[in-house]
Amino acid sequence: MTDIISPDIAPLMPGMAASSIDAEGDPTQKKLGVFFWICASWIVFVILLAIFAKVLPFPNPTFQNYSAPQNAGPALGHLLGTDDLNRDILSRLVYGARVSLVVGFGGAAIGMIIGGIPAMISAYRRGRTDTFLNTTSYVLLAFPVIVALIVIIDFWGRSLPKITLIIGLFSAPLIYRVIRASTLSYATRDFVLAAKALGASDRRILAREILPNIMPTVVSFGLIAVATIIVLEGTLAFLGLSVAPPTPSWGNMLDEGSTLLSGGAGQNNPWLVIFPAAAMFLLLITLNVVADKLRSHFDVTEIKL
Amino acid sequence: MSPLLDVTDLRVTFATPRGDVKAVQGVSLSLEQGKTLGIVGESGSGKTVLSRAIMGLLPLQGVTQTGSVIYEGDEILNAPNARLRRLWGTHIAMVFQDPMTSLNPVLRIGQQITEPLKIHLKLDRAEARETAISLLTQVGIPSPIERYDAYPSQLSGGMRQRVMIAIALACAPRLLMADEPTTGLDVTVQAQILDLLATLQRDRQMGMILVTHDLGVVATRTDEIIVMYAGNVVERAPTDVLFSRMAMPYTEALLRSTPRIANPSHTRLLTIEGRPPDLSSPPPGCPFAPRCPYVQDKCREAKPPLTPSAVPGHSYACWFPLGSGTRTDGKVGVA
Repeated sequence: MTDIISPDIAPLMPGMAASSIDAEGDPTQKKLGVFFWICASWIVFVILLAIFAKVLPFPNPTFQNYSAPQNAGPALGHLLGTDDLNRDILSRLVYGARVSLVVGFGGAAIGMIIGGIPAMISAYRRGRTDTFLNTTSYVLLAFPVIVALIVIIDFWGRSLPKITLIIGLFSAPLIYRVIRASTLSYATRDFVLAAKALGASDRRILAREILPNIMPTVVSFGLIAVATIIVLEGTLAFLGLSVAPPTPSWGNMLDEGSTLLSGGAGQNNPWLVIFPAAAMFLLLITLNVVADKLRSHFDVTEIKL
Repeated sequence: MSPLLDVTDLRVTFATPRGDVKAVQGVSLSLEQGKTLGIVGESGSGKTVLSRAIMGLLPLQGVTQTGSVIYEGDEILNAPNARLRRLWGTHIAMVFQDPMTSLNPVLRIGQQITEPLKIHLKLDRAEARETAISLLTQVGIPSPIERYDAYPSQLSGGMRQRVMIAIALACAPRLLMADEPTTGLDVTVQAQILDLLATLQRDRQMGMILVTHDLGVVATRTDEIIVMYAGNVVERAPTDVLFSRMAMPYTEALLRSTPRIANPSHTRLLTIEGRPPDLSSPPPGCPFAPRCPYVQDKCREAKPPLTPSAVPGHSYACWFPLGSGTRTDGKVGVA
């Protein structure tokens, strides 16, 4: 705990007075480490590539370039090689990232809104609504998600917005549980009662008193949800249930590539599997690292109080 | 002049799996503008529950509250939150027990102090900041401009309680409830905080309810004292009368267990033997009977009512008030 430096001696040690306040209490002053920044840069890099794919000099990912070599490994003209339909793999990876990122971040955002907001309200208010939502979340969690997704997507269609919405809906119960638990641990704290006794409305208490405290959980669990959803989308694509070809996604690239993994002479091209798998692996591990580092960084433990 | 606060026969019962816990069993009190009332009792005597029930801060589920709490002529017991919210902060405010946990750890002091100013007084950012800094100055915080941007973890316990007081006073309440405002603070800081509360109370002519377990705390800082035991008022009197004419053995026991600075070193600290009764199944007679050094058979059979004594304003709940009986526990002497 920082001692209070009385004003009359503070000028004698200006550096100390200033640094003891800045360094100890302000969480942004702590170092996140080089590894965090490398991982975070990679995520930002992938996001930027996906956003600006159209203006960057990539060939059309569905263009079958018959003057290019077919099913070739990395070479100067096509940095990551081409597939069996003469399409540029690098370009397909970049456009495929769009699918993964939209489904991942979009699905997690939808899950946060329809899972997280009711979670905060029910944990703070308790009572019947809480019991009802709790039971509902347990029922939904007991549901085999993949089977449900297969059926719904089969009937409803497999466009990108629909898949994002459906996956977001199915991630809501888990997000509900995590956010509810986190809110519960703050809802009965003295400072919440103190805010209530000063006449703050329930909405204000949730937004101003509780939300800043659970923000580390929201951010870090949100990033992990993004990673999990990207894997889920990959699984669906591998089963042929994500966005329809020829639109590339990492999952359907893996699916197509796997048929050529042990093909006949001249047809064997492991790169078709290695590159999308590596892209997915790198994005997932960086998301997890960033989530974990952020969580421990903003973890204001009781020791600090 | 009608009193600021008038509480009549307030009863609070918690429904628990072990049965109903009668935490407050028929408390009546009244407080006038500019006066200070002390509520004294040991842990579990119902003083915190009483103060929260008066404010309407107890949870609604599993709690039954009957009786009446009238603030400035309006019944506020069991009033809906929407109505209480108009009183909280601006009319009635509370300083909580533990300054370590009643500030939000992730918000700067300034944000927490300007919040009620923005909600109730509709001040804009700059006005709120100015008011907040003047409040911090009033509660004796050195270099308030720097503290305005500090986090609670950067302040000591005494500083934090000063901040809590500043927040409670932000919207100039007319009634301040201070629930053990000095718990966990060291003795010199305790005295500073209590003196600060007394000064502010006098300057602003607030009504104040000071809840504590320490008779020494209320001795010089209150106009009237209520002694609580096991959810009951066992003695009430104007402060000077209570100390000169105390009638209830529990009050005497509380006073005896207050450490005195004049005592020589290594004086044995007196305690009240035994524990307060289980409020889910209180004994039939006087709740203090099992621990009372003057106990007689009648005390175990019938509960004594709160009866007025010869001195105006003084009443007590005891069959054999101090001076009328002798110790029945074999020990000799009084305090």
